[in-house]
Amino acid sequence: MKEIDQKNRRSFISNGLKLGLLTAIGGVAVAKSLNEEEMVELMDTDGNIIKVPVSKVEEHSSLKGDNYSTREGFPNKKFVMVIDLARCKNAKQCQNACNKAHFIPGDNAWLKIYKMQDNPESAPYWMPNLCQHCDQPACVKVCPVDATFKRRDGIVLIDNERCIGCRFCMAACPYSVRVFNWSEPNQGEIKMDMGMGMEMDMDHSKYTPDYAGAPSVRGTVDKCDFCPHMIAEEKLPHCVSACPNGVYFFGDLYEDSVTNGSETFQFSKLLKDNAGYRLMEDLGTMPSVYYLPAKNRQEDFESGLENYTEFESVQKVKES
Amino acid sequence: MKSFEQLTDDLAPRKFGLYGKIWIGFLLVIIIGAIYAYYLQFTKGLEITGMNDYSLWGIYISNFVFFVAISLVGSLVTAILRLSGVNWATPLTRISEIIAVAAIIMAGLTIIIDMGRPDRIYNLFLHGRLQSPIVWDVIVVTTYLTISLLLLFFPLLPDFRILSKKFKSDKRRSKLYKKLSLNWRGNDKQKSIYKWSIRTLSVLIIPVAFGIHTVTAWLFAATYRPGWDSSNFGPYFIAGAFVAGTGGVICVMYLLRKFRHLEYYLTDYHFDRMAKLLVLLILVYLYFNVNEYLVPALKNTTKESEHLKALFFGEESFLFYAVIFGGLIIPACALIFKQMRKPLPLFLISVIVVIGAWWKRYVIVVPTLLHPFLPVQGVPKNWHHYSPTHLEWLITWGTLAGAMLIITLLVRYVPVIPIHETAEEKGIAEPKNDTNNEK
Repeated sequence: MKEIDQKNRRSFISNGLKLGLLTAIGGVAVAKSLNEEEMVELMDTDGNIIKVPVSKVEEHSSLKGDNYSTREGFPNKKFVMVIDLARCKNAKQCQNACNKAHFIPGDNAWLKIYKMQDNPESAPYWMPNLCQHCDQPACVKVCPVDATFKRRDGIVLIDNERCIGCRFCMAACPYSVRVFNWSEPNQGEIKMDMGMGMEMDMDHSKYTPDYAGAPSVRGTVDKCDFCPHMIAEEKLPHCVSACPNGVYFFGDLYEDSVTNGSETFQFSKLLKDNAGYRLMEDLGTMPSVYYLPAKNRQEDFESGLENYTEFESVQKVKES
Repeated sequence: MKSFEQLTDDLAPRKFGLYGKIWIGFLLVIIIGAIYAYYLQFTKGLEITGMNDYSLWGIYISNFVFFVAISLVGSLVTAILRLSGVNWATPLTRISEIIAVAAIIMAGLTIIIDMGRPDRIYNLFLHGRLQSPIVWDVIVVTTYLTISLLLLFFPLLPDFRILSKKFKSDKRRSKLYKKLSLNWRGNDKQKSIYKWSIRTLSVLIIPVAFGIHTVTAWLFAATYRPGWDSSNFGPYFIAGAFVAGTGGVICVMYLLRKFRHLEYYLTDYHFDRMAKLLVLLILVYLYFNVNEYLVPALKNTTKESEHLKALFFGEESFLFYAVIFGGLIIPACALIFKQMRKPLPLFLISVIVVIGAWWKRYVIVVPTLLHPFLPVQGVPKNWHHYSPTHLEWLITWGTLAGAMLIITLLVRYVPVIPIHETAEEKGIAEPKNDTNNEK
């Protein structure tokens, strides 16, 4: 049983890889005519140039594909994030952007930056923490009503129209990333930027788990959603683009590339060169968020202390 | 020896006296207050409680565990003792079954009170997922309630018939009891079905009772958190449940004996036996506590040590030692002395054991949540602790009062000691004269 499972997963991944490189990297291809059939040159994930017949290359109008479903996710994608601890100086721009974008009303930020020190001898560092979008999510395992779910593209979401508020997922999550709407959320005006100066009012009738927090619901659980609403527009999640130091890298495992907006890296090489790791690997939760150790810091640890507040809640939407 | 008439006179339900009425009034006041508090919670949300994103479960959940725990006594006395041929427990079967039914009803209610969206409870049936321990809990709680109700009801059939005859003058009441007796005539065929059903139910309820509390333990043990992440949790909870339930039965026994003058039926011998049973159960539970706390303390991993330090020396240490010493070790030591096993001292000790059992669940549920894997930072200072609000306490008291009200009402309308079984055991024959002319 397990073997079959793994085989399926492997063929799923390899199919995804092929499709991914055929479509997404299509732009860098140079067309060439060869014999009868026209061939294109594409670069695979290892950096090799390969030739593929034009007829095998598919064009997709959008990342969502034709039959997008919230519970299935983006076809042929597997989202990952890399957080480079060497760059983080607790600027908190990520948290501000996240709170604003998701209309987070109170003390319950979905993204937190912890002041960490593993032992008295080792150096302290700042550690941004958000939903790890685990491949074996403890929260999804215990949800009694399938309100929180895992998608094929790796994202874990919450349907706050189904959640019964038992908070078992919060107890199960070892990363303490889930928050609860203890009261009626005081979110202010919930408007989504539609681009070109247009704004759309978000309300319950337009709610989708793809856009967590728009709106939040009393008595249900909230958390980081990896911003599928931004991905759909081919933009980066809010925390990634807001970070002034390029701490966050976001990308697709199948394409093997991650970017922070200005720099793009080969995902596997980035992890290999910098000894990337995941939090609490021993629990077997298989997070989609990877960390690079705080080696050769770009900023002093101390420079982040001015933003650090041990007991004060996060900066709220209204104050910003 | 008493005659059958005397027996029915003694054991048949009676109207409440002044104390009974005051007691019911007292319970109703608490319940009405709790209903108002719950109305506030329903309209405003769980913000009226002291819970927060770290202390995400509080006294509602520990109260739930307490109710499930105490309900297990039904299976202990009516099933385990009955099947192992312990005859002295016969007069206690109904009391323990009444406690079991009351507690399990309030356990179900308490879990709904804890929900953020009780209005969406139907989702459990529309979208229920079998992987989730909560769904196991729903299944096993309803099964246990059903079997407990049957195990309360079946042994009542002959008693209802006896009551129907006794209250002949009150036509409506007599008719109701007759209907409830499901046409019981006491012929051989009925008797054999009756015996077979009770025996079958007694066998059935044991695995279900173990199931209900094991699943409750798994709600915690299925997480990674230090203090909960333990393979010991199922048996640990069951051992503790029997302590709480036995203490509860002794309390109810004593009060009934005092206010219903049942000295002839609930003798010092019964109290002495229950006291010895309680000591045994406490010792078993202490053994599990040693496993639960001392083995992790010896290993002292980083995560466990933070939690254990808070229990042994930190802010939860007072409660921790109070429940271990005050609620378990000292009562067990006291009960070694014969004088302490007399009804009144035993009653007082049992009250302490039950209160200790309630706080023991608090010590299991709350401190673990305050010591998560990642540090608690950048949140308001009061999120570092958990202190239940007055409204939260009121709702919790309401559920406890609710359980006591169910017990009180059952005591009012059904014989608290099985008449039929007692008569059979004491060899008192039921007069046969009027069974025929009613046909």
